[in-house]
Parts: sequence; C-alpha cells; structure tokens
Amino acid sequence: MAGQAGEGKDFLPKILVFSTHNISDPGIDLAGSSHMHYPPTVVVASMPCSSGIKPGWILYAVERGFDGVFLATDGEECAFLPDCAERTAQIARKAQELLSQNGYDPQRVRMSAVCSVCAEPFTNHMKEFSEALRKLGPARKG
Amino acid sequence: MSDRRMGVYICHCGGNISDYVDVERVRQTIVNEPGVVVAKTVVSACSDDSQQQMIQDIREQNLDGLVVASCSPKLHTFTFRSLARRAGLNPYRYTQVNVREQCSWTHTDDREGATKKAIRLIRAGIARTGLTEPLEPIRIDTVPQALVVGGGIAGLRAAIGLADIGISVFLVEKSAAFGGWVSRFGEMYPHGKNGRQLITKLIDEVKKRKNITSFTNAELVEKSGSIGNFNAKIRVNGKGGKKDDINVNVGSIIIATGFDAYQPGEGEYGYGVDGVFTLPEFKELLDKSKGVPVRNGKEIKDIVYVYCVGSRQPEDLENPNRYCSRYCCNAAVHSSILVSERNPKARQYHLIRDMRTYGKYELLYGESRERGSTYLRFGDDDPPVVEKCSDGKIKVTVKDLLTFGEEMEIKADVVVLVTGMVPKKNEELVGALKLPVGRDRFYNEIHPKLRPVETVVDGVFICGACQGPKNSSETVASALAAVTQSASILKKGYVELDPLMAVVYPELCQWCGECEKVCPYSAIEKSGDQGREVARINKAGCKGCGGCVPVCPRDAIDLKGYTDAQMKAMIDGYLRDGDTPLS
Repeated sequence: MAGQAGEGKDFLPKILVFSTHNISDPGIDLAGSSHMHYPPTVVVASMPCSSGIKPGWILYAVERGFDGVFLATDGEECAFLPDCAERTAQIARKAQELLSQNGYDPQRVRMSAVCSVCAEPFTNHMKEFSEALRKLGPARKG
Repeated sequence: MSDRRMGVYICHCGGNISDYVDVERVRQTIVNEPGVVVAKTVVSACSDDSQQQMIQDIREQNLDGLVVASCSPKLHTFTFRSLARRAGLNPYRYTQVNVREQCSWTHTDDREGATKKAIRLIRAGIARTGLTEPLEPIRIDTVPQALVVGGGIAGLRAAIGLADIGISVFLVEKSAAFGGWVSRFGEMYPHGKNGRQLITKLIDEVKKRKNITSFTNAELVEKSGSIGNFNAKIRVNGKGGKKDDINVNVGSIIIATGFDAYQPGEGEYGYGVDGVFTLPEFKELLDKSKGVPVRNGKEIKDIVYVYCVGSRQPEDLENPNRYCSRYCCNAAVHSSILVSERNPKARQYHLIRDMRTYGKYELLYGESRERGSTYLRFGDDDPPVVEKCSDGKIKVTVKDLLTFGEEMEIKADVVVLVTGMVPKKNEELVGALKLPVGRDRFYNEIHPKLRPVETVVDGVFICGACQGPKNSSETVASALAAVTQSASILKKGYVELDPLMAVVYPELCQWCGECEKVCPYSAIEKSGDQGREVARINKAGCKGCGGCVPVCPRDAIDLKGYTDAQMKAMIDGYLRDGDTPLS
C-alpha cells in the first residue's frame, strides 16, 4: 500500500526539515527555483530561528512516522542570536538522546547550516540523508 | 470534528504549479479535511479576480481561517494577510503553504510524488490554521525624530538626509570633532576629491539646518523603549570630567560608528621597525609631504606594499579576521598612483595575495601598472619577511609565485602594511543597543540583500563601516538607505509590529530563570502571578525568535504562530499520506 512501504527497494524515507524564514528557507526556495531535485518525501517546516525547535518535536515526528529529521540551521548568520549555532547543536544533541532513550537510532537527526543561497548543498544533504535513512530502514517498528 | 470554517485555495500559478501537481486531485482530497468548508483551485491566487473571489467566500461563508497554497510565503504573506483584513478575517488566521518553490518546482520530475507532497503540505497548513487565534498587530505611534550615532561621513550625510525630509535629528559624536576617518584623508579615489574638504562641506550643511542638534564628546549610554518611541540617554563629557546627561525621545536610531584600522602587533611583518607604516600612517605621511614624498628629509625611492595585513587571516590564529577588508587593495593602489604622480622615479613593489580592485577600481590597478608599479604574489603559507638592515634600509624577502617561486630581496626605504578595517571597539555601545554582531564582530543586518540596513532590533538601523568594510561611497549609499528606512516609519506616524511573540503560561511556570538567562534582549523578567513568581514576556522587547521555548523545563513557553500544539498538528498533517482520509 502507498505510504506503508516497508524495507527494501520501495522504501522512501520520510524526512522532516526544520528551516528558518530568513536564512535557510530562501536557500531551500532557491533549490526549487533552480529546479533542483530531491525526494518528494522531504517536507519543510519553517520557523523564525532554529534555536526555537523543541527536541520533543523531533522525537514526536519520529514516533509519528518520520524516518529522519534535518535541522537546516542559520549557522553563524542568525540575526537573532549570536550563539544560535551552539544552541541548535545542543537541541540536536538532546533530540539524539531522546531518540536513543526511546529505541531509535540517533543518526535519524542531522543538522547543518544552510545559507540563503545554499540550494545545491541543501539538495545534496537531502539526497545523502535519504540514502542513509534508506540503509537504516523505517523508523517505526511493526 | 472541527467546528472551524476554513477556506483553502490551491493556486495553478499559471502552470508553474499545475503543470507538475494535479491540483484538482489535491482539491478533491483536502476538501474532506475537518474544518474545511471551501476548497477551490485558482489560476492565479494573487490576481485581483481571485482575491475578490476569496473575499466574497470569506464574507458569504463566514470563514474563520484561510489557507493559500501557492508560492513561497516570502512573496505573498502580506498580500493575503491584507486580503483577509479587507474581508473581515483576522490576518493571523491565514497560512501560506509553499507548493511552488518547495514542491512543484523541485519535483518537476515526479508528478505523483509532487501531488502527494502538496496534499501533505496543505494538510499541515490546514492543521496549523485550525489552531490559530485572532491576533492584532501591535500599533505604536512614532515620534518624528531620529538619533544618529557617529559623526563621520555616514552620520553627517544621514543627518542631512533626515533633516531635509522633515525629521528632527540628534547627531552624537564620541570624539571632539565631526568628520571621522574621511576628515583625515587628502585626495581620495575615484574622483580625486579631498576628504577634508568633503567633510568641511558636510559640516557646513549640518550647521545650516535648524532641525539638527549636534553633540561632540558625547555618547549614547542607554536606550529603552522600542521602535517608534525610544528613550535615549546621551552623555556629554564636558571639561574637567563634568558629565551631562541629556534624554531624548526618538522614533528611530541610525548607527554609523565606523571602524578601527587594523593595528599590527609588534614585529608583525616588521611592524615597529623604523620605516614600516600601516596604510593610514602612510597616507598621512603622503598628505603631509608636498611634492616628492620624503621621510626624515630624504626622498622615498623604494616602497614595498605588503597586502592583506590583518585581513584573511588563517583559521588557527586567536580571533582571526577571516574576512577580506576589500577597500584596502584600492586604497593601496591609489596611494601608489599618488606617489608616482609626485615622484615618477619612485620604485614601488606590491606584494599581494590576490588583487581585489573590484568594479571600476580595476582601472586604478591598470593605471598603477602603466606607471611602473611591480606586482609580486606571495603564498598564503609563505608570507614575506621584513627585516631592518644596518644601512638604514629595510630588507623584504619574498617568494614570488608569478615567477614560479623565485626568491626576491628588495631593499626599501618604506614598507607599507596594507591594513584593513576591524570592528570599532565599543563594548558600552554594543551593551546599550543590544545589537547582535556577526562572526567577524561587525554589526549584523537582517538580510544582506533584502534588508541590508535593518537590524533585529526594530527601528535601529546600521550603515557604513560599522557593518563591515566599505569605502566612502558605499558608506554614504548605505547611510542614505538607512535614512529612507527611518523615514518610511517616521513619516507614516505609526508602526505595526507582528504579534508573533513568546507567551508564558503562568500556571505551568515555576520561575527557574532559565528563559531569562538565554534571552539576549532582556525581554523576559520575573513577575508575580497570584502570589507566585513566574516569568513574564516584555512585548516591546521580544523579537519572536523562540530561543526561550526549548530551554523551559516545564514546557511553559510557546511562540505564538509556532505553538507546541501547532507544530505537532503540522507534523501529523505532513504524515497523513496521499489520499488516505482521516481515520
């Protein structure tokens, strides 16, 4: 059945991307404007700043059926918080702990800075992450 | 089931979406979502016709939520918020779902995948909209006065610009005189204008205007309030340590505090050896000597310029300046032209890493070579060595990459270290303004291209070299941009702020202070609620970043528009696949 794909060749990992309005979202938009392709099982939720992501949302996403969560951060460019990169790294670490505690592979969380013109790097991140998750298999058991 | 009444519009975007997404199938699927009462496809959602149709639907169907699935929210959030307002729907109950840049255009190769994804994206948008509450923008009346901090070429020009459009200006300069760096310069590129004369002219213009109040020996020491209505405390340092505090009420603040010149350390490229100068020191020496440039009464015959001193430093240095200062190549090349005009026999050697005479300044570079300047290129990991000689000359040894690494020895009368710009040391001002600085420690704009002079502190603008290396014409251009941005707020008489800020649930909060610690804007404070200590958000100070949300150990903070319930509802919406109805 569609959407219930299990392991094997048919498995298309579902990826949730958290991005930011001012920095990474324009980069992801640019990938679209340039007609670069990444798997359509990637969806993007945009926020003001990546330091506002709750680690609990990442666990929730995996528990509910996402196979991986990618934090497209502002890196050093954040206009809100000078220490945004460290804060987001801390959030990613906490999310990884939460995943481990609940029996999920911590590699299901990834983060990387995506700048406002980082169309190609973003596309590559999605392809690589998708491939890595395909090897890991679906997050949900049973 | 939901008791909401939402309208969902799926845009064809004239084929940009509908060529790659089966928009009719999307419509048929999402029309069954709980809370959706209208679902339509439109050829172009932003057109007048479609907007009229949506307004009519909102009114006739009594809609309480609007979802438009179209292009990136960057393009039309304000269009549809204002449409909602005209139709009588609260603008913050509108969600734009990006099915173009983040769907149709990036999956042009997969119609089935793109269609399913569009359905999932819109489901999340509907779920989010179902949990919106009506919010009102915060309206603040603006004071038609502005404060300009820094009286160099940027601050002076900004003050004149503001005054001429009818905004009163307080101009504050920390040192004893206006003019900044440019007032110390003689002939400047590209038009050969004299810096001192330019500044004298600007100061005269400032004096002519009755609506500019200027202060020297003065600093901005405190700032409170917010966009449209700031209270600023100016401290004037009088004679004999006497300090006077003046409080002014302004609608906007323009920061034009400029830069410091990079100061080489003792021994850095021979700095400290007699005859080794920084670029500003050399320019001063050039301006002082009339005719043939001389030093200690002797003609300067051989000059070596070492480029990129203090710029593009290696990563392993402590607090390295990784950036290119970009003005210095031009300034050094221009100085060498001035030298050759006055002494065509002077021999000039430029030791470069790369030459960055961008744009029309490339012509300067060409001219300098025609006049006989020699360019040698050294490797990043093999810098030139500058040493003192017993005969009073300075020996410079360099491996020239342009001649395949040949080692050259030049005996110079003067060595010029082509130093770049560094952020001005101004801890007190940074503290008073609470402006973020970037990785390079210059002030940060919101967006380098789209919002180049605005900062995250609404109503505070930056311009000139306090933002990063700029030459004087770029500095003035950005100063005038800051004038325009200020005027666009102050001439209207009021500003509206997005109400998407943090909110504390006092019943959950047990005041641990974690949120207060992580807020760099001091927008969170301890307050009382029914005899208990709880956190409170200061609406004028909150920037809506949400940085306090994940640090709360009791989940007592939400960011409006991105609440815990909304994010989880969106996650669920994203996951309901393809055409599966809600179970």
